[in-house]
Amino acid sequence: MTTTLLAGALLLAQMLLGIAMGCAVFRMLRGPRAQDRVVGLDTLYVNGMLMLLIFGIRTGSTLYFEAALVIALLGFVGTAALAKFLMRGEVIE
Amino acid sequence: MMPLENVPAWAAVPAAILVLAGASLALIGSVGLLRLRSFYERVHAPTLGTSMGMACVLLASMIVFSALQVRPVLHELLIAVFMLVTTPVTLMLLARASLYRDRAEGNDEVPQVAASQKEAEVVEERAESGMR
Amino acid sequence: MRRLLPYPLLWVALLLLWVLLNESLSPGTILLGIVLAFVGCWCLALLKPARARVRRPAVALRLLGMVLADIYRSSIAVALIILSPKRKDRRSGFLSIPLELRDPYGLAVLACILTAAPGTAWVEFDSAKGTLLLHILDLVDEATWVDTVKNRYERPLMEIFQ
Repeated sequence: MTTTLLAGALLLAQMLLGIAMGCAVFRMLRGPRAQDRVVGLDTLYVNGMLMLLIFGIRTGSTLYFEAALVIALLGFVGTAALAKFLMRGEVIE
Repeated sequence: MMPLENVPAWAAVPAAILVLAGASLALIGSVGLLRLRSFYERVHAPTLGTSMGMACVLLASMIVFSALQVRPVLHELLIAVFMLVTTPVTLMLLARASLYRDRAEGNDEVPQVAASQKEAEVVEERAESGMR
Repeated sequence: MRRLLPYPLLWVALLLLWVLLNESLSPGTILLGIVLAFVGCWCLALLKPARARVRRPAVALRLLGMVLADIYRSSIAVALIILSPKRKDRRSGFLSIPLELRDPYGLAVLACILTAAPGTAWVEFDSAKGTLLLHILDLVDEATWVDTVKNRYERPLMEIFQ
């Protein structure tokens, strides 16, 4: 009983996160200005990271966890570089 | 789904609730990204998913893995600390970049540079050109 | 001693990070973690960052608890704002606050707190005059927000870092 409850909750959570990723992609493609697109990208990778964590809970393997950590690291560096680019027009000064 | 069957009931129920809460918060944050009107309002929306939403999902993951492996798994704390430190940095950088761009284009809805700061910059520029 | 181990807290944090990443307490992991922690500390010593003095751990712990409670409360508030169908009667805007906190580490922590809590976003800090520019999603009463930032966050941070 509780197993089906947990499995159902995980499935529902993944669907919710999928919709959330869709919203972020929409803002990324639509966003009137460049900074809106970058915020969309930022939200997209955070949602993707949460999705991977839930995959990890479902399968019980820690491999997904490592992938989530890598996404968090690279997403941070990418967003910071893009913000820097918007501010100055170049990444490396 | 073999491993899920081994999760005891005391862990499954709170984990299910936490996972659903986290995913809904992330979804609300992303919907906010669509619904709010200006860029500065939209900057607030992702923090919903990155602070509370992430905390809920990570707690659920910790509960499930502790129940499965008997010993507590603190692995997830790493992601939590990392996200807590980095999200403010990225959002702050983005807000500053956007403010800079809006000021450069002379948009009215953002506060302009204060007068004394402008003077200071001019003085600085003069000093720099004098050095050259 | 200072030359060999310039930052004891960072050393412990790096070792803990390595052990957590590997999820094992075998001698090999711990040995490699110790070596990496030493290398990390020496690298930071080469960069010569300004020394931070953290005092009053009790105040810091209370601040942490307060911030977690605030994040919880403002998450719900912002979620309600996003989901509410009415759009007109909410006002958001910029708010500039004069700060007395000058320590760079204290300012960094304040920036993290304000941005991590949904509903407030740190936009700009003018270090010459010490004024902070915030963007607030639900700007009902400016005086309350100024009071919140100054009394709730800035005062304990000044106690901790100055």
